Amino acid sequence: METFIQFVYFVTAFLFILGLKQMSHPATAKRGIVWAGYAMLAATIVTFAWPDMENYFLIILGILVGGGVAWVIAMKVAMTDMPQMVAVYNGMGGGAAGAIAAVELLRHSAGQGEMTIGLLVLALLGGLIGAVSFSGSMVAFAKLQGLVNSRAVTFPFQQPINMAVLALSLLFALLYLFGLQSTGVVLWFFLLALLFGVLMTIPIGGGDMPVVISLYNAFTGLAVGFEGFAIGNPAMIIAGTVVGAAGTLLTILMAKAMNRSLANVLFGAFGAVEQEGGEIKGSLKPMDPEDAASIMAFANKVIIVPGYGMAVAQAQQKVKELMEELEKRGVEVKFAIHPVAGRMPGHMNVLLAEAGIPYEKLYDLDEINPEFETADVALVIGANDVVNPAARREGSPLYGMPILDVDKAKQVFVLKRGRGKGFAGIENELFYADNTNMVYGDAADTLNKMVQALKNL
Amino acid sequence: MISGTWAALYIFMLAAFTGYEVISRVPVVLHTPLMSGSNFIHGIVLVGAMVVLGHAETTPELVIGFIGVLLAAANAAGGYAVTERMLEMFERKPKEG
Repeated sequence: METFIQFVYFVTAFLFILGLKQMSHPATAKRGIVWAGYAMLAATIVTFAWPDMENYFLIILGILVGGGVAWVIAMKVAMTDMPQMVAVYNGMGGGAAGAIAAVELLRHSAGQGEMTIGLLVLALLGGLIGAVSFSGSMVAFAKLQGLVNSRAVTFPFQQPINMAVLALSLLFALLYLFGLQSTGVVLWFFLLALLFGVLMTIPIGGGDMPVVISLYNAFTGLAVGFEGFAIGNPAMIIAGTVVGAAGTLLTILMAKAMNRSLANVLFGAFGAVEQEGGEIKGSLKPMDPEDAASIMAFANKVIIVPGYGMAVAQAQQKVKELMEELEKRGVEVKFAIHPVAGRMPGHMNVLLAEAGIPYEKLYDLDEINPEFETADVALVIGANDVVNPAARREGSPLYGMPILDVDKAKQVFVLKRGRGKGFAGIENELFYADNTNMVYGDAADTLNKMVQALKNL
Repeated sequence: MISGTWAALYIFMLAAFTGYEVISRVPVVLHTPLMSGSNFIHGIVLVGAMVVLGHAETTPELVIGFIGVLLAAANAAGGYAVTERMLEMFERKPKEG
């Protein structure tokens, strides 16, 4: 039977990697997750046959309750809330890895189950990383869900205090390794790790959350991999390590897209300080949605730049209607997607896909930037920092971040709820430029007025 | 034949490279679903949590083990549902376009 279990785990690991590979192309992506899903199901079922298992009632109850609740919530939640759902489920995986470590350490300290020093180190490391991922992800979830203020929270001596908490947690791990194997030591080790996860996440502003969620995703993967080593489970080793590596790369790519190092994201407390920008010339020029619509109706080419504001207003369907109305009039419509627009890379793509906008019309930063010069209108829907020309000027806190060159379009319309700043907390000089007009109001409402105006034109 | 620690280190290295390679060819369009998909995949922690709970004896072990299974099952089920919902939209799209 054990051979059979190992065989199923082997196939599972293979299907996971294959599934991830298929998820890397739009045409096969759906198949990828389905295959990985079957693999997970098979691995779960054969695990019931693991030798000397007891507590079947609790196991089944845990799976049904945990899995059931998560499934129902995930099916109901709006597409705009997906980023925080990834955060919360990822945190739970980290918590599970931490729980495995905790039980293993408790058993070991009670004199049951032999573990070599190497396996103990891995169990402790996995437990630490898993616990940090758990509490950190929960804070990220609370920030994105709006349960707590998403701005960066800072206090004096923040980094030294954080480091001290981490060091204390590691100290308890060392105490455990060198013989002080009591329940109290295990408890303090985990409490301090959980506290560190919270402390590490609160100084990170809402705009940086995608990077942080991705980092915790990698953390959980690594924790799962380490616990896999500790309890001798090859499926966990492979899947956890693959996710750990993939997640780390994705995190670095994301930080790079914002032209910031990972260290800067984690310790920079971006957005905490209100930066004094350079002198901004010009004024904000409001415009009615109807007037903006009539200008777009006679344009040759319109580039739409979606941002978080579109997600908040759930305006993706209206964006599609606007696209269709403009196309009826022979206007060429393209979408410019900044890599970190919204709350996650690809966030905008997912929302526009939900509305049924063909993905051939969505262009990456590098592809679309040369086209702004030939565009008659750039329509910015609730995006801010990713179109801020301040990023080109040395000395600006945004300096170096690649931006969409919307200011090069002949005319720029910015749909915005109010006069607030973006997540970086920096004034956007684009809004004051001569060729920019502001269209204030809820994005869905404004777009609706534009569509109606186009229909009546 | 290598075994034990060395085999584990080789597995770790090769799996890490695999993860790196697989994701380095992913278009930006799929970054969010892929993060979600990899989030689902580390839900395999469920099998470990099951084994640990299955061997738990004392009350603290049972409680923590149960929490582990609960959280792991939520990771796996929620991760799958979220990813599938995202990817479904990609599948439907070409026909509509």
